[in-house]
Amino acid sequence: MTPLRRILLLSIVYAGLAPGLARAVQPDEVLPNPNLEARARDISAGLRCLVCQNQSIDDSKAEFARDLRLLVRERLNLGESDEQVRDFLVKRYGNFILLRSPLDLETTFLWGMPALVLATGGIALLFRLRRLQPTPAAPLSQAERDRLAALLDADTPL
Amino acid sequence: MIVETGHYALALALAVALLQSVLPLWGTRSGDSGLTSIAVPAAITQFLLLGYAFAALTYAHVVSDFSLVTVAENSLTTKPLVYKLAGVWGNHEGSMLLWVLILAAFGAAVAILGRGMAKELRANTLTVQGWISFAFLCFILFTSDPFVRRFPAPFEGQDLNPLLQDAGLAIHPPLLYLGYVGSSIVFSFAVAALISGRLDAAWARYVRPWILIAWIFLTLGIAMGSYWAYYTLGWGGFWFWDPVENASLMPWLAGTALLHSAAVMEKREALKIWTLFLAILTFSLSLLGTFLVRSGVLTSVHSFASDPTRGVFILIILSTFIGGSLALYAWRAPSLSQRGLFAPVSRESALAVNNLLLTACCATVLTGTLYPLALEALTGDKISVGAPFFNLTLGPLLALIVLLMPIGQSLAWKRGDLLGAAQRATVAALGGLVVALVLVAVIRGGPVLATVGLGLAVYLIVGSFADVMSRIRARGQPIRVMLARAVGLPRSAWGAAIAHAGLGVTLMGLAATGWGVERIATVKLGQGIDLGPYQATIENLQSRQGPNYSEVLAYTVISRGGAAVATVEPAKRSFPVRQTTVSEAGIVTLGFGQIYISLGDQHPDGSIDARMFWKPLVTAIWIGGVIMAFGGIVSLSDRRLRIGFARRAVRVRAAANPAAAPQAAE
Repeated sequence: MTPLRRILLLSIVYAGLAPGLARAVQPDEVLPNPNLEARARDISAGLRCLVCQNQSIDDSKAEFARDLRLLVRERLNLGESDEQVRDFLVKRYGNFILLRSPLDLETTFLWGMPALVLATGGIALLFRLRRLQPTPAAPLSQAERDRLAALLDADTPL
Repeated sequence: MIVETGHYALALALAVALLQSVLPLWGTRSGDSGLTSIAVPAAITQFLLLGYAFAALTYAHVVSDFSLVTVAENSLTTKPLVYKLAGVWGNHEGSMLLWVLILAAFGAAVAILGRGMAKELRANTLTVQGWISFAFLCFILFTSDPFVRRFPAPFEGQDLNPLLQDAGLAIHPPLLYLGYVGSSIVFSFAVAALISGRLDAAWARYVRPWILIAWIFLTLGIAMGSYWAYYTLGWGGFWFWDPVENASLMPWLAGTALLHSAAVMEKREALKIWTLFLAILTFSLSLLGTFLVRSGVLTSVHSFASDPTRGVFILIILSTFIGGSLALYAWRAPSLSQRGLFAPVSRESALAVNNLLLTACCATVLTGTLYPLALEALTGDKISVGAPFFNLTLGPLLALIVLLMPIGQSLAWKRGDLLGAAQRATVAALGGLVVALVLVAVIRGGPVLATVGLGLAVYLIVGSFADVMSRIRARGQPIRVMLARAVGLPRSAWGAAIAHAGLGVTLMGLAATGWGVERIATVKLGQGIDLGPYQATIENLQSRQGPNYSEVLAYTVISRGGAAVATVEPAKRSFPVRQTTVSEAGIVTLGFGQIYISLGDQHPDGSIDARMFWKPLVTAIWIGGVIMAFGGIVSLSDRRLRIGFARRAVRVRAAANPAAAPQAAE
């Protein structure tokens, strides 16, 4: 029930924000410099709205997300690099705010999963292939040859 | 009164499920054919009882019987009839009832259509269905009873959540449940095979149509859900890597792998044990999805803890079924005979690689979804795993799958010719390359990833038909012969080609997002906004009254080169009962692309905030899904895959050779 649940959750967010129809990125937030704005959107898409359910601040309609979007733009206006903006937010809110969790001790298994499955599966598959190399079929026994001849002679449809 | 009888039918269904889960198995174990044959009438009775219970609940919704808590909380007398009907499953209790109804429908279908199946296999399969049914009926009756009354009954209901008042609600959950629950049949077949210790190509042939049916519904359900989210949520996204979405993607990935491994098992008697594992895995992931969605564990670990009854109940069901079936698997699977030769370069090897890659995708989605929960539970640290993670990890895997698809498809069973297969795929590769280069030349400096993606998509679509074409084409033969050959090809070959091409079409739509245009602006009435090749102008704002809402809509003209080509009416709807406002996006399809407009706040000077998109080729994303499902249907129509075909084959063989009949019918 994919979006159903999501919508239910969203509606909770909605309800909390009534009566005004809060929205994702609003016109008054947009920076006049298109380059900076593009960078701001890019950064926002990778930051989690901490009061929402798995939404980036770029998508979220929550007030909190709006505040963060404005903060990101403010920092960019100060001339900070993308990295500096992200570091600033991580210092403030922890790694939780990054939708792409950085690779560290805690997330080794998370990032390593695809490689792990491919490696173990690949090895298992190779092993099976070696074990199951087609062996030449055993020659027919005399009884089988007789039966085959009989079948071929009989000429009846099978 | 009708409601009470419905409630009673639900309780009776539980009793029948209990009978179904004990007696037939007892019969097959002790060789008592009387007990064994109870399975069929029990499955059919259960379906009829649950059908009645569901009809009773539907009746309560239609006549707005607000003495029922679920009706009072989710309905309203003035709500349009279609949402009263769809609202039956627009809440937890009703959707669980739909879940078991579909489960019982699949059970009854096996009972009726499986007449030619080996008796023992059918009885055991229905027994396992009985277990699942029993568990979920207990869940419904003890924690989520839809028939609970409240006195005195309120005069008016609280209305359905406005975001759910949409045609999507009528279609999406039933489709998705047919997919989820359809995999239960496959699971039951697998467990039945483990119980009886008999697993052969005939088993694979019985089970393949059911795998296909579940897969078709799941594919449609996911595509439908994605489109629904796209037009309802109002910011133009179509996939969010939300845990709830992942919950439906995981069974789809496992089911797709299963579909391919079952083909190997049927044709080559190889990958048997692995196929069983995938059958168990697919349903386990469906159960996991149900748990994730229904327990509240996703909202936060804390909300789960605050009302754990339902969550713990499903968790017990989940662990019993997954743990039990895996234990049975570990115990019995090694004793099943493994056969089948496997040449390194062959169709079956290619399918094994396909399974490897799909399993890796599935494992990645699974860890990505559960990792934050597990980490928080273990260490208290909170991390986020969102879209950027999934795009980065699954993107390369998908690219690899797409690259290998046409080549694997062109390989022959047993001993394939890699060079020949690669040659057949060359045309497709060249096609994709040309398209990518042309795109680079035309739109210089365009997004690199989108260009590569589109090239891959063309490669896949052309390549999907490479195998079919090579089997049809004959040098110097007239068209008539080629047509005859095309008709004569097995439908499953066509089905595979179509489904693969469908993925290519979806990929095309995904790649084209790179060329999308988005404008966020405060728009004055009459002011034209450029959107790619089009221009959007909001002409005026109008108010309108709906049955249970009022709305403000913006009459918008879309023009191209000064000439009007379409109009859209994005709106903001206010629902007084729930005191919510939702934005209804205005969408118009032009070619395969769409203009998408959603409204924001109005300003005193008459201007309005709007978010406008031009999304080229966006419809290809969902059209691709529909094509994939259509490919599945074409495959299903293959003579050899039709439900009941195995039975006719047995009968024909029995007629030809009476002595062998008892063995064949075993």
